[in-house]
Amino acid sequence: MAAHEYVVRTKGLVKIYTMGEEVLRALNGVDLDIRRGEYISIMGPSGSGKSTLFNAIGGLDKPDEGSVFINDVDMAQLDARELAYLRCHTIGYIFQTFNLIPVMTALENVTLPTVFAGAPTDQGIERGIELLNLVGLGHRLHHRPTQLSGGQQQRVAIARALANNPSIILADEPTGNLDLKTGEEIIELLRLLNREQGVTVISATHDYKMVNVSDRVVWIRDGKIAKIEERANIDIQVGQMAGEEH
Amino acid sequence: MSAEVPYRPSGAGDKIQKQIQLPFSKAWQISLQGIRIRWARSLITASGIFLGIAFFSFVRTAGLFPVNLADKEAVAAANRQTWLAIMALLVCFVGIMNAMLMSVTERFKEIGTMKCLGALDNFVVKLFFIEAGLMGILASFLGWLMGWLIMVLLHLISKGVEGMGGAFFGSSLKEMAVSVMIGATITMLAAVPPARRAAKMPPVAALRSEI
Repeated sequence: MAAHEYVVRTKGLVKIYTMGEEVLRALNGVDLDIRRGEYISIMGPSGSGKSTLFNAIGGLDKPDEGSVFINDVDMAQLDARELAYLRCHTIGYIFQTFNLIPVMTALENVTLPTVFAGAPTDQGIERGIELLNLVGLGHRLHHRPTQLSGGQQQRVAIARALANNPSIILADEPTGNLDLKTGEEIIELLRLLNREQGVTVISATHDYKMVNVSDRVVWIRDGKIAKIEERANIDIQVGQMAGEEH
Repeated sequence: MSAEVPYRPSGAGDKIQKQIQLPFSKAWQISLQGIRIRWARSLITASGIFLGIAFFSFVRTAGLFPVNLADKEAVAAANRQTWLAIMALLVCFVGIMNAMLMSVTERFKEIGTMKCLGALDNFVVKLFFIEAGLMGILASFLGWLMGWLIMVLLHLISKGVEGMGGAFFGSSLKEMAVSVMIGATITMLAAVPPARRAAKMPPVAALRSEI
């Protein structure tokens, strides 16, 4: 269906932070269309506005100007309950700091979104086990976050993000707190989920390993899109540097 | 695809859905589990409430024993009790506030995360309301019991069973109700407003907050 070609669209996004006298335009007119099923990386140095863009797309913060459309719905038009529904069902979030609920086990963390969605308990648990198996943690169901390594915690977070079958996964520096090898595994897992489940992955990162698996890379600088590169062009540039993946 | 996207597509199947309200029992279940797992932390928070109310109850119980009006020193001591009780109330107020504010603010990030997963504001507030209510009532009751027992013991040692008739026990029960009410009220006053504030924040603000 043509109307659903784009899963996320932003129009003229502006976000302004005032620090005392200084006015910082963290986003300064960002127009971005993201296709369904794409694996897209938002790259840029710290302070470039990529996290701000991430937060705006995820409905975690309101832009000062412009709009974000998720599945052709303007997010600014949603009331609190509609926004909560969107966060629960349409978007899965992954954070640099994992953000698991510390008092809950891996399984309970993954099940929590299904609780908010109103799914029956046994159905939620079944889904949770299935997802933890998928991310390779079937043997760690009842461990708490403190009993898991960073990579394992991020896997739980990925399973949790998938709990309600979202159409978008938003990942904010998902490899930022992980070592090189674990980071690669997480990227690999995200890519696999993107291919096999068809979920759109949008990832804010400055990890160059991410570039290699992305369909498109959006470079942000000073709150604006500096350039958007298609995969074909990227391979040539970073191919030798980071190694071919296929 | 046309250039302009409609704000709210009204076509069938595209209807915008609202998040469901979860039943109270679900919040109860999650709150209880939170207290249980966070047992050590909950005990520290609860001991703040417990000690405050214990001091309050200790002072109040002392005032329940009849005073011999011929004994000038005893009358003066009884008058001092009023001031002591006010002091005790202040101490327990500050102690409980401090304990509860800490325990809520250290969980701002958790509140932000829950909202990202689709929790409604009022569900988050419900969690903290139940938790604070439970801790407030239980810790206040135990605190009252502790203060009362110590005072009664001291009295038994110094003056025996003098003045410990039915009236004393009747007023003791009243004091218990007052203590529990004060304890639970202060606990919820300290916990619920900050939890509500955190729940109303955009998730990113709650996630970013550090203590």
